[in-house]
Amino acid sequence: MHIVVCIKQVPDSSQIRVHPVTNTIMRQGVPAIVNPYDLFALEEALRLKDVYGAHVTVLCMGPPQAEAALRKAISFGADDAVLVTDRAFAGSDTLATSFALASTIAQINKNMAIDLVFCGKQTIDGDTAQVGPGIAKRLDLQLLTYVSQVETVDTERRDIIVQRRAEGGVQVLKTRLPCLITMLEGTNEMRFATQAGIFRAARHPVKIWDKTAAGIEDPAKIGLKGSPTVVSKVFAPKPKTIKAELITCESDTPKDLAVTLIAKLLTQNPNLETAIGKGAR
Amino acid sequence: MSEDNAPAKRAGGRKIELDPRLAAYQGVWVFVEHERGEAHTVSWELMGEGRKLADKLGVSLSGVVMGAPGPETRQFCQEAFRYGADRCYLMEDPVLADYRNQPFTKGLTDLVNAYQPEILLLGASTLGRDLAGSVATTLQTGLTADCTELNIDPENRSLAASRPTFGGSLLCTILTLNYRPQMATVRPRVMPMAGYDASRSGPIIEHPLNLVETDIVTKVLNYIPDSRQDKPQLPFADIIVSGGRGLKTPENFQLVWDLAKVLGAEVGASRPVVQAGWVELERQVGQSGKTVRPKLYIAAGISGAVQHRVGMEGSDVIIAINNDPNAPIFDFATYGIVGNALQVLPALTEAFRQHLAVAQKAG
Repeated sequence: MHIVVCIKQVPDSSQIRVHPVTNTIMRQGVPAIVNPYDLFALEEALRLKDVYGAHVTVLCMGPPQAEAALRKAISFGADDAVLVTDRAFAGSDTLATSFALASTIAQINKNMAIDLVFCGKQTIDGDTAQVGPGIAKRLDLQLLTYVSQVETVDTERRDIIVQRRAEGGVQVLKTRLPCLITMLEGTNEMRFATQAGIFRAARHPVKIWDKTAAGIEDPAKIGLKGSPTVVSKVFAPKPKTIKAELITCESDTPKDLAVTLIAKLLTQNPNLETAIGKGAR
Repeated sequence: MSEDNAPAKRAGGRKIELDPRLAAYQGVWVFVEHERGEAHTVSWELMGEGRKLADKLGVSLSGVVMGAPGPETRQFCQEAFRYGADRCYLMEDPVLADYRNQPFTKGLTDLVNAYQPEILLLGASTLGRDLAGSVATTLQTGLTADCTELNIDPENRSLAASRPTFGGSLLCTILTLNYRPQMATVRPRVMPMAGYDASRSGPIIEHPLNLVETDIVTKVLNYIPDSRQDKPQLPFADIIVSGGRGLKTPENFQLVWDLAKVLGAEVGASRPVVQAGWVELERQVGQSGKTVRPKLYIAAGISGAVQHRVGMEGSDVIIAINNDPNAPIFDFATYGIVGNALQVLPALTEAFRQHLAVAQKAG
């Protein structure tokens, strides 16, 4: 079985700060990490490798330094890594990104036929959840999003059974291989890298492909040209004209502040009187 | 100056004059999502927003209903009219009984190609996100996910879709220029529900899917519904008490639970607290968690980053407790207490308890 796992290197968004005066992003010193959602996809692929035996290829599109994300994935147990990197990708939106990744996956498939493609549910920097479905559509793969568990894979019969999170319940779905799965978060726990894995990650050659190696012939499909959406402006949310009414009282003890607040709250919003305590247990 | 020789307007350094072939795309569509006989409320929230967009453009608003043949599916068309749709596109087929990506993608793509809307809105639910990504890729058009604000750019009549960016520190506005339809998803509870008018009705336009079950690769073997009790129901709670990093330790989070218990409220949390494992994921409020619109939202030890703000600023009344007087949450809260949440929370719990005891006696 050959499994491709798509991962992305992202800035650790919990450490991004906005400059309080200029409202610009302060990128300095923000560490790059493997998109946390992708780790659930990688772990599920590695779990299938443990159960059924598989060759796991990790794929990343990004700047040259994204190689670090791939080495991290190798340390966990991935067998092979491809970094697809090209200045021509700059400015790609999700449509252009899915085109580039789909084309790369098609190239990987030429060397070794692919049975499964895994993606994370979404990334923490873009939060769109669109690239996985986009890749599936372009490669004409069956799409299984928000998968919480892969029940069985049968490479002889060429089918797979999964549990998929739907609105208000879980769907148990059976489909044909090859297919593309986006993995729900919290469904497994990433293993620790072994000593041997860490050594392997340092030595193992990461394949670095440019757009030609990735099989992309039409430059109009990638980068800004291949992106239907454009960002017209980036802005900080406008502060409300009326700021919070700060509660103060003579003593400013927590108790007096609380009593003053509740009196004001319920006088100015009498409808809340019926809401509070209603569902009290 | 005529339309033809007007100078090309530019946005993001690119021409934004609409290709004449794309001018044929008109009208605003809302995909009406339903599962297990119930419409998802996000569809009616979108209908209200779609109505505003359609009125600004001077075009019609349509609902799109896909499902198994029968009165149940047709009923969603009637509902769509009552929530503001002028007309409905209906696609009925037995293979559409359960949601599956392949037939729904084909169906919605066919409808778009046949009737050419300029804007297509879907809920950012698991279904909507699954479908929107596939349809946008098939149609080779732009899709903006998880918008918190939709508007019409007055200069070029484009959909201006705003959403948080950079991990929720800032907002950005995204345009889809020379591509149609312009697609966007909006998360549940971000927009208020549309008004309901039982007297409204409209025409239904039926369109066939032309697929049979043997064409469809993926089969639904089983469906396990969630039991409602064991999951927190934040999106529809009347009161929510949320805690953030300002509470300092997971043990202190108990103070949030205590206040919530007295108020009969749900408990929410900010992203850092959920990531630290203090409370379960279902309680996360914000762009990457739940969006809520309670009557009362109490935020304790939460600074109010955009990430969190977009998930709760639709609340009727917001009380913020934070020891930093410059915390952004005071910019959009209704009431603020500058103070230590570890002291103010128990004081509030006690004061509400006493108020309720008095009110009960009086009542």
